[in-house]
Amino acid sequence: MTIDTSFLQIFITSIFVAASAGLLGSFVILKRMALVGDALSHVALPGIALGLAFHINPFVGAFSTLFLAVISIWLLKYQTELPVDTLVGIFFTASLALGILFIPEHEILEALFGDIGTLGLMESIATVLLSTGIIVALVAIHKKLALSMLSEELAHSIGVKNRALDFIYLIIFALSIALGIRFVGALLMGSLVIIPAAAAKNISRSLHGFMLASVLFGVLSAAGGVLLSQQFAVSPGPLFILVSTTLFAVSLIVRKLKQ
Amino acid sequence: MDILKVTELTIGKASSPIVDKLTFSVAQGETLAIIGPNGAGKTTLFKALLGLTPYSGSVEWAPNMKIGYVPQRMEIETDVPLTVEEFFRLRGSVATPEKVHEILNYIQLDASILKSGFGEISVGQRQRILVGWSILDNPDVLLFDEPTADVDIFGQESIYKMISHLHKTLNLTILLISHDLNIVYQYANNVLCLNHQKLCYGAPGEILQAEHLQSLYGGERGFYAHTHTEPHSHKRTAS
Repeated sequence: MTIDTSFLQIFITSIFVAASAGLLGSFVILKRMALVGDALSHVALPGIALGLAFHINPFVGAFSTLFLAVISIWLLKYQTELPVDTLVGIFFTASLALGILFIPEHEILEALFGDIGTLGLMESIATVLLSTGIIVALVAIHKKLALSMLSEELAHSIGVKNRALDFIYLIIFALSIALGIRFVGALLMGSLVIIPAAAAKNISRSLHGFMLASVLFGVLSAAGGVLLSQQFAVSPGPLFILVSTTLFAVSLIVRKLKQ
Repeated sequence: MDILKVTELTIGKASSPIVDKLTFSVAQGETLAIIGPNGAGKTTLFKALLGLTPYSGSVEWAPNMKIGYVPQRMEIETDVPLTVEEFFRLRGSVATPEKVHEILNYIQLDASILKSGFGEISVGQRQRILVGWSILDNPDVLLFDEPTADVDIFGQESIYKMISHLHKTLNLTILLISHDLNIVYQYANNVLCLNHQKLCYGAPGEILQAEHLQSLYGGERGFYAHTHTEPHSHKRTAS
């Protein structure tokens, strides 16, 4: 960990990133798109490569390619009526290949696994604000989103614009992944979104309980990961995943006990 | 007064249309049953009526019609994190607690079901909830896509009784897809036989005669009549 980024700054930033990713995760799980979400996060890699090559912020690079990918998926989904997982599968392999070709070898570890230690203050503030924006947006559309995910026909019958909603959801997804890349890297970002929500689903019966537990587990994992990384002087990304996996294991036990 | 006018409606590829030049109309307060073999285009027709699928020809609803829709089934995981109460709330501001309780009366379910998981309740209960959901904002028209597909025979009877009760008390116009000719006979004013094209149209007494059914189900396409004397697969939700 470098000296110029204070521990508190990393701590707070991580918590906001994890909270928004966790909330997003509850919808990814609801849509039964866990693997799709995970694969889609790898599309960030070529963006990071471009960022490194042209000396722009890797977040901007990652968001650009993710943005392009979700727009393409959105268009193709309604043009070809191919299932989203097929489309994402194709984008994912192509992106991973491009990323590995173009990211300089000494940078590839950071791109794959993240490095929050080099986070600047402005970047932290931007991250916190964008994460807050994601949370506000998701809460604002959560009813329509949940309904559309349960049944597009039913949503349409009460006037929900499914395509527009899908578009907003994908943009939020791209933004959330791009924000998390710095923290856990492109390879593990899917887990930042999915594991807390998967754990939350095990113990929740209601939608609001599920959303809340998702956020809570995300925040707990981030806090745990950052504290442990301070303790053992290792990168927080992998620790985050391990903490959230532990939470998932506990939630499974709770689920079994409840049955 | 006609509440819906469908003219020369064609859906799908011109070479093999799913629905081919269909023309019919529905009067205010009518119950129209749409019957036909599997794959005849019944659900696709509903999708066109709801504006969910592209079509040629015209679908004209009377102005300011509120249309409720009850899907055939919802693929719901048994552990979906959503309570019945929350499912009603997804409807937005019309789902006030008072309104929800009023609806529960209509669909003859106890208020205790509100706290249950939406995936835990039985298929029959879920169909009732879907019917209740569709009448939350007092629609003028209800579209039922085979509302009892996965429900056992006793559940089917009571769901149709409920629909018929709603029809009378709420002055609804109902479009109903059904495989069940007994139900059609009992509840519909008019029957539309659909197998890609309109094969017959009229009052149930005239339509449900052997030669019409022969041409609809048994004709050249070789479909079989799907009445509920045949074994249904009962996909029931484990509770």
